[in-house]
Amino acid sequence: LSLALRWHSFRHGVHPPDLKALSGAAPIRRMPFPSEIILPLRQHAGQPARPVVRPGDRVERGDTVAEAQGHVSAPVHASAAGRVTAIELCPHPDGSFAPAIRIAVEPHSPQALRPRIIPEWEGLSPEQLIAAVKDGGVVGLGGAAFPTHVKLAPPPDARIDTLVINGCECEPYLTTDHRTMVEYPDRVLLGVRIMMRCLGVERAVIGIERNKPDAIAAIRAALPADLDVEVLALRVKYPQGAEKMLIESVLGREVPSGRLPLHVGVVVQNVASVATIAEVFETGLPLIERIVTVTGLGVRQPGNLIVPVGTKLRDLLDACGGMNESAREIVFGGPMMGVAQADLDVPITKGTTGVVVLAAEECKPQASYPCIRCGHCLDACPVFLNPQLLGTLARAGRYEEMVGSHLADCMLCGCCSYVCPSNIPLSQLFAASKAQVRKLAVAR
Amino acid sequence: MTERQRLVTASPHLATSHSTPAIMWSVAASLVPVIATATYYFGPSALLVIAGASAGALLTERAFGPGGALRDGSAVITGLLLGLCLPAGLPMWMAFLGGGFSIGIGKLVFGGLGQNVFNPALLGRAFLQAAFPVALTTWPAQPTHWAALRGDNFALPLMSARAPDVVTGATPLGLMKFEHQATDLWSLVIGRTGGSLGETAGIVILICGGYLALRNYLNWRIPAAVFLAAGLAAAGLHALDPARYAGPLETLFSGGLMLGAVYMATDMVTSPVTNRGSWIFGVGIGLLVVIIRTWGGLAEGVMYAILLMNALVPFINRATQPRVFGTRSAAT
Repeated sequence: LSLALRWHSFRHGVHPPDLKALSGAAPIRRMPFPSEIILPLRQHAGQPARPVVRPGDRVERGDTVAEAQGHVSAPVHASAAGRVTAIELCPHPDGSFAPAIRIAVEPHSPQALRPRIIPEWEGLSPEQLIAAVKDGGVVGLGGAAFPTHVKLAPPPDARIDTLVINGCECEPYLTTDHRTMVEYPDRVLLGVRIMMRCLGVERAVIGIERNKPDAIAAIRAALPADLDVEVLALRVKYPQGAEKMLIESVLGREVPSGRLPLHVGVVVQNVASVATIAEVFETGLPLIERIVTVTGLGVRQPGNLIVPVGTKLRDLLDACGGMNESAREIVFGGPMMGVAQADLDVPITKGTTGVVVLAAEECKPQASYPCIRCGHCLDACPVFLNPQLLGTLARAGRYEEMVGSHLADCMLCGCCSYVCPSNIPLSQLFAASKAQVRKLAVAR
Repeated sequence: MTERQRLVTASPHLATSHSTPAIMWSVAASLVPVIATATYYFGPSALLVIAGASAGALLTERAFGPGGALRDGSAVITGLLLGLCLPAGLPMWMAFLGGGFSIGIGKLVFGGLGQNVFNPALLGRAFLQAAFPVALTTWPAQPTHWAALRGDNFALPLMSARAPDVVTGATPLGLMKFEHQATDLWSLVIGRTGGSLGETAGIVILICGGYLALRNYLNWRIPAAVFLAAGLAAAGLHALDPARYAGPLETLFSGGLMLGAVYMATDMVTSPVTNRGSWIFGVGIGLLVVIIRTWGGLAEGVMYAILLMNALVPFINRATQPRVFGTRSAAT
């Protein structure tokens, strides 16, 4: 029996402060519809969607405005009734300007859904279920936004035996998955049931970090008797929710370098995405809104909000009382891996787990010192890389050697930068190096 | 928040409160009790020698180092540690020269903080040992008065020092090696023996090192490995011939082993980055210490043991790279 099994954890990692108290107890509430929404065509991993509307078209809430292009792609739906004003380059949360559909939302609209036939999931075959999930534009809501239907249809030679549900939410500050589990445990478990049907697996494990006892209790209380679903309380440690770490913690299986979880018979899905799958069959609603944690010392009324996809950051912050005097940096996602935003007009996308407004005291500029080879980064790296060596190579531009030192296994979790006493921006160096490596590969 | 105030930085947006200067200054601060102990045993001479070494280190860093480098605290540690491995009666100018050598040749020529191969303080001490072998092995005996100087600390550079008005004594290691005369363990533990300034405070060094290890400012594996290796090797030899070879505890508490294992071998820059490497590094030092003390021409071998292992650190690092997640050979 491996150590990981007994401790329900992985080795290495870091212990940042969890900072979840700001929004952890706030019930999920709905924000009012904004006056404009911006729907980027690329909100998911894979090919961007192709628009099927034109400027001037009127769309109902829930209508498809862009269709999937190829297998690894997802359609985009209108999250509010209104008129398409433009299809143009708009600010994107990744910092670029990317093609997006602008919709002027109809004021005073009841925002009712177009009457639709809600599929009775119990009568559907796995293929039909997967098709419905694809049509619903469902992607992973944990951040990476990988199209869910691709995960649900593994290649025929893969033998999947366990579905692992990720309820860790190991990023500090974020409480989206936490509130979902506390408030919608039945929906989560319906989603688990549908996923198990699609994948044909008998067993599912839900991993939740121990700092969410109410979520663990809620899910346990809702467990159905006829399914082999287990709830595992996991050690509070970052990045417990990283796919490969979670599989190690829950099942003691090590996903080989460069391979996918299905290689060890596992599919991992985040709790919020599972709930969204259930929603597709409960309400017929495609993925047009998601739960977003708005928190941080710089925001006046932290909370967990149901936000129409495409809502501009500006409108979401207004719905939370706005920012206070101390606000300095706005991050999409958690503080460990999240992306700082320069523009208040960026839209919330399907993959936006949270908006963290950091206060001045949290983002003081810090001097960088030479590496003193303390080795703390080696003790932190959850995939056992040598960030000290990789950092030196990155600064020297020796990308080929970095590839040899397993740069590809780095998931940019930020543990090394977090512990570095010399404040060397290791994570940033590795992200830049990965981009360079891609560029070199393309050039060849 | 105005547009101008908004920050856009790379993730992660959180960091630990540890910083390189905080580590360095904590190490320096943890040396205060050690220095106090040295002062208790050697009087004002201890402070004079340490001040000389530190002044040499700091002035060299200030003159030739990068701007603001003094603030990171590393030169202070080098100066203090060099001072602590010198005898109390050493003329201050020699200590000053040693401090300058430590920083100038031991660190700055390699490229400054983080780039040096050898522990700068020990390199300075090796330089002094080669340049002034007699002064470096003149150990003061018990003085007539606590405040009396333990030698001609104020001798002028390159002038022969006035004959010291104190009788020179011997170190426990010298006694053991050359006269086969053991010193009782309790005297070694509390430091009531002859020797360099920092050689005589074993228990104080252990406590201060324990504090640093708790804060993760030093890798406990290194001193643990040194103690284990040196202790076991000494125990084996002692079992063969108790009259000739010192026992394990005597080995650990005599000479510069304690100071070397806790403060010099654990220098982050010149020790391995991997934990497995740290064990190998420490064991190497422990064995070399016993080998040099037993079969070498010198009574003490901690300095050369650490410097030799410093030279091997790049190879140890390369040989002990962690196994990357997902590359287990059994994994299919």
